[in-house]
Amino acid sequence: MITWATAAPAISASFLASLVEVVEAFTIVLAVGTVRGWRPALLGAGAALAVLAALVLSLGPLLDRVPLHALQLVIGVLLLLFGLRWLRKAILRAGGIMPLHDETKAFAQQEASLHDAQRRDEAHLDWIAGLTAFKAVVLEGLEVVFIVIAVGSGRGLIVPAAIGALAACALVLLIGIVVHRPLASVPENTLKFGVGVMLSAFGVFWTGEGLGVPWPGQDLSILALAVLFLTVGLLSVRAIKSPAREARS
Amino acid sequence: MNVVKLIASELFGMFVDDEFLALAVLAIVAIAAIVAWISSTPVLAGIFLLVGCVGVLVASVRQASRKSRL
Repeated sequence: MITWATAAPAISASFLASLVEVVEAFTIVLAVGTVRGWRPALLGAGAALAVLAALVLSLGPLLDRVPLHALQLVIGVLLLLFGLRWLRKAILRAGGIMPLHDETKAFAQQEASLHDAQRRDEAHLDWIAGLTAFKAVVLEGLEVVFIVIAVGSGRGLIVPAAIGALAACALVLLIGIVVHRPLASVPENTLKFGVGVMLSAFGVFWTGEGLGVPWPGQDLSILALAVLFLTVGLLSVRAIKSPAREARS
Repeated sequence: MNVVKLIASELFGMFVDDEFLALAVLAIVAIAAIVAWISSTPVLAGIFLLVGCVGVLVASVRQASRKSRL
C-alpha cells in the first residue's frame, strides 16, 4: 500500500523538478508564439508532447519486466549522477561562482534569433519556429520523463510522480496564460537546490536498496538523507561565498 | 539528424556535466557494490556510498570554486 511518507517525497520531487523544466520550455514556446504566431508554436509543442507520451508508453511496460533490485540499482545510479549534478550547479549558482539562469534573457535571446531568421528571409520559417518549440519541449520534457520514472519506478509510484509532474505543467500553463510573459520571478535556483537535494537522497537510497543495504527506518531514511544533503549543500554555499566575496573586495 | 544529435547530447548532458563528479560517483558505487558483496554487514556499503557521494560533491564544488578564482 502507498503511504504518504513514501509518496510525498516522490510527488514533491517530480512536481518541483517539472516546475523548473516546464518554465524553461514555456519561455521558448512563448518566444516562438510571440514572434511567429501560435500555430507553429503549438504544433511544435504538441508534436513534442506526443513523442514524450510515446516514450513513456513504450518504456513503462519494459520497466515491469526488469528485476526490482537491478531496476533500483540502475535508476539509483542515474539519479545520483542527475541529482548531484543539479545540486552542484545550484550550490555554485547560490555561491556566486556561476551566473543564475535568467528567463527574461533566455526569452530575449530566442526572440532575437527568430527575428534574425525573419530578417534573413529564410524559407520555411514556420518550420524553423515549430522545430524550435519542438526541441525545447522534447529536451526539457526528457528530464521530466526521467525524473518521473526515476522517483516513481522503485516503489510503484509512477502514477503519483506523474500527477506531480502534470500538476506542475498545469500550474505553469495557467500562470503563463494569465501573465503572458516569461516566468522570470520563479525562484529557479532555490527550486533546483531543493530538487537536487531530494534526487541525491533518492539516488543514495535506491542505489543502496539495489545493493541490498537494509536502510534503518526503510523509506523514512530518504528524509534523513535529504536533510544531510541539504545541510552539506548549505554549508558548501557558505564556504564558497566567503572566498568569492574576499576576492571581489 | 541535427535534432537527433542534439537529443543524444542532451541525454548525455543530463547525467554528465563535470567529468570528475560523474566518474567519482561511478567509482564509489562500484566500491560500495564490492563492499556489499564481501561484507557480512551490508549497511557498511550504504555508509560508504553516502559518505563517498557527499565527499565527491564537496570536492567537485571546491574544485569549481578554486578554478573560478584563478
